[in-house]
Amino acid sequence: MSAVARIWARMRTSKTVMVSGGILCAIALLAIAGPWISPNEYLTANFDNILRAPTPSAGHVFGTDDLGRDLFVRTMMGVQVTFVVAIVASVVSLVIGVLYGATAGFVGGRVDAVMMRLVDTLYATPFIFFVILLLVVFERNFLLIFVAIGAINWLDMARIVRGQTLSLREREFVQAARLIGVSTPRIIVRHIAPNLVGIVIVYVTLTIPQAILIESFLSFLGLGVQEPQTSLGKLVNDGTKQMEGASWMLLIPGTLLAAILLCFNFLGDGMRDLFDARRTQ
Amino acid sequence: MLRYTLRRLLGAIPTLLLVIVLAFLLVHAAPGGPFDDERALPAEIEANIAAVYHLDEPLPMQFLRYLGGVLKGDFGPSYSYRDYTVSELIGRSFPVSMQLGILAMLLATVIGVSLGILAALKSNSALDRVVMGFAMTGISIPVFVIAPLLVLFFAVKLHWLPASWTGSADASRLLLPVLSLALPQIAYVARLTRASLIEVLSSDFIRTARAQGLGTAAIVRYHALKPAMLPVLSYMGPAVAAVLTGSVVVEEIFGIPGLGQLFVRASLNRDYTLVLGVVIFYAALIILLNLIVDLLYGAIDPRIRRR
Amino acid sequence: MKTTRLLPVMFATLAVASILLAACSDRGSDRDSSRSDTPVLDRALSTEPESLDPQKSRSVQAADVLRDIGEGLVSYDASGEMVPATAKSWEISADGLTYTFHIRPEARWSNGDAVTAADFVSGLQRLVDPATAAFYAAELGNVVNAADIVAGKLEPGELGVAAAEAQTLVISLVRPTPYLLSLLTHPSTFPVHRGSIEQHGDAFARAGNLVSNGAYVLADWEPGAIIELHRNPYYWNDAETSIDVLRHHIVTQEVAEFNRYRAGELHITSTVPPDNFDRIRAEFADQLHIAPTLGVYYYGFNMSKPPFADNPELRQALSMAIDREVLVEAITGRGEAPAYSWVPPGVDNYEPVQLPYADLSQQERNAIAQSLYRKAGYSEQNPLRFELRYNTSDTQQRIALAVQAMWRNVLGAEAQTVNVEFQVLLDQMREREVTEVFRSSWFGDYNDANTFLAIMQGDSAANMPGYSNPEYDELMRSAGEQLDLDRRRLYLEEAERVLLADHVVIPLYFYVSKHLVKPEVEGWQDNILNYHYSQHLSLGAAEQDGRP
Repeated sequence: MSAVARIWARMRTSKTVMVSGGILCAIALLAIAGPWISPNEYLTANFDNILRAPTPSAGHVFGTDDLGRDLFVRTMMGVQVTFVVAIVASVVSLVIGVLYGATAGFVGGRVDAVMMRLVDTLYATPFIFFVILLLVVFERNFLLIFVAIGAINWLDMARIVRGQTLSLREREFVQAARLIGVSTPRIIVRHIAPNLVGIVIVYVTLTIPQAILIESFLSFLGLGVQEPQTSLGKLVNDGTKQMEGASWMLLIPGTLLAAILLCFNFLGDGMRDLFDARRTQ
Repeated sequence: MLRYTLRRLLGAIPTLLLVIVLAFLLVHAAPGGPFDDERALPAEIEANIAAVYHLDEPLPMQFLRYLGGVLKGDFGPSYSYRDYTVSELIGRSFPVSMQLGILAMLLATVIGVSLGILAALKSNSALDRVVMGFAMTGISIPVFVIAPLLVLFFAVKLHWLPASWTGSADASRLLLPVLSLALPQIAYVARLTRASLIEVLSSDFIRTARAQGLGTAAIVRYHALKPAMLPVLSYMGPAVAAVLTGSVVVEEIFGIPGLGQLFVRASLNRDYTLVLGVVIFYAALIILLNLIVDLLYGAIDPRIRRR
Repeated sequence: MKTTRLLPVMFATLAVASILLAACSDRGSDRDSSRSDTPVLDRALSTEPESLDPQKSRSVQAADVLRDIGEGLVSYDASGEMVPATAKSWEISADGLTYTFHIRPEARWSNGDAVTAADFVSGLQRLVDPATAAFYAAELGNVVNAADIVAGKLEPGELGVAAAEAQTLVISLVRPTPYLLSLLTHPSTFPVHRGSIEQHGDAFARAGNLVSNGAYVLADWEPGAIIELHRNPYYWNDAETSIDVLRHHIVTQEVAEFNRYRAGELHITSTVPPDNFDRIRAEFADQLHIAPTLGVYYYGFNMSKPPFADNPELRQALSMAIDREVLVEAITGRGEAPAYSWVPPGVDNYEPVQLPYADLSQQERNAIAQSLYRKAGYSEQNPLRFELRYNTSDTQQRIALAVQAMWRNVLGAEAQTVNVEFQVLLDQMREREVTEVFRSSWFGDYNDANTFLAIMQGDSAANMPGYSNPEYDELMRSAGEQLDLDRRRLYLEEAERVLLADHVVIPLYFYVSKHLVKPEVEGWQDNILNYHYSQHLSLGAAEQDGRP
């Protein structure tokens, strides 16, 4: 049985995981399909149609914003962007964190000490300020937001993976591989990494809501995704300015954002119960 | 212990230097200068201003001049506050942020731990669900939504509390900002406490204690709480980071003269010296805090003092 | 640590917290006491002043505070009419080159010292001294030797400003400057107290150090939060001052400002949030003050790059296709006036020239615009594609999207909107490498057409489009030499006509000032300068539904 199939079989035993995961999938599907179904475009400003409350009969299920743009389509685009930002950022932190942590943990000794020292050093940098600076300097491009968020999160991942690798290193199958002369990178890729999948999945699920919150924080400062593109964080932030006159501009994206964060948190908790060795033993 | 502390402090020097270099390069790479404006200046006046602030020198010279100043404890003049030096501005705004942060952390810990214990003891009851429902909601709403809602309700509608820092001179001006900042942290702490307390309560040594006839309250007080607090303690690091980030938002919304607001304005205004000053200050602060935490851990648990 | 102590420890920390709280309430208690029995006025500043040093400051917000703290030779009354201030009278020589001011013998600094002509000489010398690095140093360009001092060729002492007698100040000019009096109302020309500059150096403008000659004196400045001013009992016109304590709150967010106003924390706002403006207009009809002001919002063309360099017809087509009426009604919607001239209406001694097509209906304009567009070689199959750059902000975006739609609908031109941060846009406008069409604005420094027209001269640093027309520069030079106001006006108007005919800029609308003012504030008058000296205001009985 492949690692993926094993994980899937395990996941199916948890109701929390299945329900929250199911809701997330449903939201994601709606976000992808929504803009196709809707007759409205997310860019089209319509100045005769500004700030309309949700009216399904007029074709605006979620109402319109202060430029007369259809909020349903914009919200769905926002969900897409939020998902992409969060997932890519988490993958960035995952790739760097796993490689770094596994190398440090497996090689051990002096290399480990130096590598972990660097992590300690980076912990001392006021990251959020560097992110603000980076976005100011490089004009907030989309890619940079991923990198910035990922860069904040990889340190934790590296530490967790290193700890796990340290214990894996002493296990028989790794020792055996080493005895028959398999090279270090190969051992890391073939033997260590697959056994890290569980814990890594857990922490990625827990990193995603953090990434979503950081993105919305950057949107608040005007440094996040730029118009005409949008994200849930940006929509919610725009909504707070209109919350007295056009409450739907806050409530609809706000509820969606909260639902997504909730589901990811539940999903992460559920996954931890399933895969975190320290818990199951 | 003293040698260890000294070694750690010495080890922080290259870290700080790296931070300074990185930040210096970044701010100077930013497009636009500190004195740009729609009201563009004639060339002679630009030259005069550049000369006064040494902006006409080559970058390495500027860096050395800056570094020399920092070594003497002088972070230079601020460009966007021409009557103040960077050190003065940090000195004025840090206590404000610190006050806000400490109060928020205290509130979050006290309320969060209490709620967590409550929920763990009555786990799976209606009370547990209400508390955890509140906690999950707290995690899922960004600070920049909570804060304006609180203002709208308590300041604009009810007139109970000030809507801003300068709206009142007494401590009431701290309430809404601290609450906005603490709410998400309360939620995290409550969840952590509940989860780890439930786990500890189901472990063998507690079962032994129970078999000896100890009541639940006594078990929690004497046996379960301390081990259950460990994950909460280790959460304090990320919590400080979260409060730091959150305080930027809260300071902006309530008009609080703290470091976060100062930094955002400085970076948008290209106030090079102020940006650098704040970054270096925070880096030094984080290093110091880490050291203190490590020393404390070492004092509590001698096994950790290995290296 | 024993587990048993965990809860007591928590309560101990709570106790520490309450001590922290108590400590900060202590600090503010004196501020609170001033609230109960003396009249306090709370105003808002949308941006923090960069300095309260009259010569070093730059922003409109710094000038707003400085007008309360200091006073120039001349000033404005509540309605915006120029009135004698620290100078009680003045004479202008027949050739317009010598101004003699007579300073009030009763004028005093906030420490009781007499204000003398020498204080003004110091202030003006300090303004042009390169060591001060003053932003407004160039404004005195017409004073004898000023330009050479700014350029570092002469010593500040050689400025053509002299104290003929203790209370008599003489300013000598190289050419007539009809707007000199307006310039002398600006805080950069305020006098300085020489004693305190000598004593405190660069720190002289701080609370506690600053000695000023206006109706108020700086009591406290908490950067990022508030600037507090107290009444100056030595002010020569103190009998007319009504409010004892002034607090300028720094409020950068419009919605937060509106909330503070409603919570009773502000008497006067600096603006009104664009969101829900109609509701605010209905709900606060008696408190909302909207007035025209000296500012123009425009789109500029990059005159040094294709496709807009050497293509006036194309520029005109884009200019004509914009329906300004729709723009100000549906998009900006806060009482702004559509702009068909470069100089805003209401400027002294001037009648703005209208764009040649101002009298046509929008349909007629569109028809002409379409034919000009085709004549320039563009069509549906071959649309004009270019970038419209603006700085990141909700208002700029709304306008850009609307104009983009108009250009697409009328001409079929494809403008791509690009938003960048303000500082970046400034950089790009000046370099003129990547800009094609960009958004900018200009606010008058003084009430004269010159402040608008001068920036479009070939050698002006604020000439963002890079416009250079010898005919225009020549007209501006001739205007500068005219003594007679009517003849000068003819030259300036001709210059504006040339500028508009070249379609270098597309004026979109003229700014308005927007304030919410509590009913109990008395003496407020809307004026084109948007100057509201606190010394002209007073507080009547507060309404009952306000905060206690």
